[in-house]
Amino acid sequence: MSLSIQNLRANIGDREILKGLNLEVPKGEVHAIMGKNGSGKSTLAKVMAGHPSYEVTSGDVLLDGRSLLEMEPDECSRSGLFLAFQYPMEIPGVTIANFLRAALQARLPEGEEIDAVAYYKDLYAKMDALKIDRSFTSRSVNDGFSGGEKKRCEILQMAMLKPSYAVLDETDSGLDIDALKIVSEGVNALRGPDTGFLVITHYQRLLNYIVPDVVHVMVDGRIVLSGDKSLALKLEAEGYDWVEKEAAAAA
Amino acid sequence: MSAVIEEIDTPTAWPDWFRAQQNAALADYEATPAPTRKDEAWRFANIGALDLSAFRPAAPVSSEGRLINLSTGLAGVSAKMVFANNALLHQDTGRLPAGVLLKPLDVAAREDEALFRKYFMAQPVELGSHKYAALHKARVATGAFLYVPKNTEVTLPIELFHWVEGENASVFPHTLIVCGENSKVTVIDHFRSADQKRAFACGVNDLHLERGAQLTYIGVQDWARESLAFHINSTIVDCDALATSLNANFGGGFVRGESLSRLTGEGARSVMLSLNPMDGERQIDQRTLQDHVAPRASSDLLYLNSLDGSARTIFAGLIKVGEGAHRTDAYQKVRNLMLSDEAEANSMPGLEILADDVRCTHGATTGEISDDELFYMEARGIPRQTGRRLILNGFFQTLLERLESEDLRTYLGGMVSKKLSVPV
Repeated sequence: MSLSIQNLRANIGDREILKGLNLEVPKGEVHAIMGKNGSGKSTLAKVMAGHPSYEVTSGDVLLDGRSLLEMEPDECSRSGLFLAFQYPMEIPGVTIANFLRAALQARLPEGEEIDAVAYYKDLYAKMDALKIDRSFTSRSVNDGFSGGEKKRCEILQMAMLKPSYAVLDETDSGLDIDALKIVSEGVNALRGPDTGFLVITHYQRLLNYIVPDVVHVMVDGRIVLSGDKSLALKLEAEGYDWVEKEAAAAA
Repeated sequence: MSAVIEEIDTPTAWPDWFRAQQNAALADYEATPAPTRKDEAWRFANIGALDLSAFRPAAPVSSEGRLINLSTGLAGVSAKMVFANNALLHQDTGRLPAGVLLKPLDVAAREDEALFRKYFMAQPVELGSHKYAALHKARVATGAFLYVPKNTEVTLPIELFHWVEGENASVFPHTLIVCGENSKVTVIDHFRSADQKRAFACGVNDLHLERGAQLTYIGVQDWARESLAFHINSTIVDCDALATSLNANFGGGFVRGESLSRLTGEGARSVMLSLNPMDGERQIDQRTLQDHVAPRASSDLLYLNSLDGSARTIFAGLIKVGEGAHRTDAYQKVRNLMLSDEAEANSMPGLEILADDVRCTHGATTGEISDDELFYMEARGIPRQTGRRLILNGFFQTLLERLESEDLRTYLGGMVSKKLSVPV
C-alpha cells in the first residue's frame, strides 16, 4: 500500500515542470520533499490532486494501485488523497460547517444522510484540539482568516476527512512558531499505520516538529537525492548547491 | 380596452372620496402612454413583456382555508395578515403592542382617514412606472396598513402574505407602513402563487420613517415563473431613522422593481438590498433612486444577481445628491454572477451630485464562479456541480449578513438554499 509516483512528466502551457519524477510513499510513513523555489514542488502537489491547469504528458500516480490521473479532482479526494493548500481559497458565504458537511456527505452512498449531531461533536472536538474557536464553524471558509488560521483550517479539514494519504504543500509558510507547533501537533496526531504523508517544505524548521522517515530533495522537476532526516539538517546548513552539482554530474 | 382594468364583481366598499381618486387614477392610466424603449427609464427593457391584454380581474380563490394554512414563514411573529386575489382572508393582530394599527387598507381609509390621506401613495412615481402605479391605485381593493406609534417597538416581525390564484388573474397587493418617531418594527411581505399559472401582479409598498424610527422590510417575491409583476416602492426616511429593505426575487417571468429611497432628514440612513437568483428565460428589471435631500444622510445599496440559462437582468440606479445635501455618504453596488454564456446582465449605475463635500461610490461588477474556488471544493471531494451550487449559495448568503436579526438571516438563508437545491 503506497502513494506511488512513476516517471511523472507534466507541463503548464509549453513549459515542462515535472521531468520524470519517481517517488514512493508507503502507507504509515512520513516523507518530506525539500527543494528550492521553482523546483516543481507545488506543481507536483497540484498535479496529484488533479488541478486542471497542468497537463500530464507521461507517467502515473497510483494511490494503493489506483491511478489518480484518470480521476476528476473530487474523485481523487474521495479515493483518499488530501491536499493541504499552500494558499487556501477564500469562499465567501460558505461556512466551514456547511463546507465540511458537504465534503463528508459526498463520501456517503446516495440517499444516506449525514448524522448532524455526531458530525458537530466530531467537528468541535477537532477544533478544540487545533485551538480553533468554535465560532469559526459559522464563518465563511478562509474569508478574512489570518495565515495561521487558514493553515489550521486546512489541518482541521484533513482531520475531518481522514485521508489515507495527505500532501501538505508548504503548510509552514506564513506560520509563527506557536501556530507551527499547533499545526504540527495536528499532523502528528494523525500519524499512524493508516496514513501516509508527503510534506512539501522549503525550510527544515517544520521537520523539527513533523519528523520525517525519509527526506527527498527535488531539483528541476526530479527527485535527485533521498535520505533520512539528517539530510534536511545538511541542506539547512549547506544549502542546495552541492546537491545541484551532484545532480548535474550524474546527469 | 384591456380586461385588466375591469372592476371585480364585488368591489371594495371604499369611501366615496377614495372612489373619486380611483376614477381619476384610471383616467390617468388610460391617458398615460405606454413606455417605449426610447424612454430613459425603460432603456434595455423588454417592452413586449408589458402586454396586459390577456389578464383578467382575479376571481375569489377556490379554497381560503388551504391558502391560510400555507401562509407560514418565520417561526415567531407578532402578527399576520393573509390576502388572496385582492381580498383579505385572515388576520391575526391580537398580540401587537398597544397603539399599533395593523388593518386592511380599506378599513384604514374609513377609520384613519387623516393618516391614510397623508401617506397613501403620497410620493410621485419617478422611476418609469407612473402608468402602472395609476393602474394600481385605480384597482387596489385591499392591502395592509401598518402604523407604529412613537416610541413603540414591535419585537417580533409582522408577516403579510399576498397570494394570487388562477390563470391570468390580476392582483394589486399593497403595503403601507408608517413608523412613528423612535419606533421599531420588522415587516415581511410574502408574494406567492397558489398555482403555477401565469398571473399579473401590480404591487406598491410605501415605507415612511419618522425621526429615529427603525424599519426592516423584507419582500420575498415568489410568483409563478411565467408571471408579470411590478413592485413599486418608495421609502421616505427622516432624521436619524434607519430603513433596511431587502427584496428577494425568486419567481416571476418578468419582474419590474422600482425602489426609491428619499433621505429627508439629517442622519437618515437607507440600506437597500436585493438578491435575485435568475434562471431559465426569466427577466428582472430594477430601477433605483437614492435621493439625498438632507445633509449628512447615508444610503447603501447592494444588489446581487446570478444569471443562469438565458436569464436577463437590468439594473439602473441613480444616486442623486441635491443642493444642500452636504456630507452625503452614498454607496451603490451591483454584482452579477454569470452562470451561462446565454445570460445577459445590463448595469447602469449613475451619479448626479449638486452638493459639496460628499462621498459617493458606485460600481457594477460582472464575473463568473472562480475555477480556483471550484478546484478547492473538488479537492475536498465535493462534486463540481455541488461546488457550484455551494459557491452560488454563498454569494447570496453574504448579502444576508447585512441583516441584524439572526432569525431573519436563518430563514432567508434557508429559503435561498432551498431555491438553489443546497442542503442545509
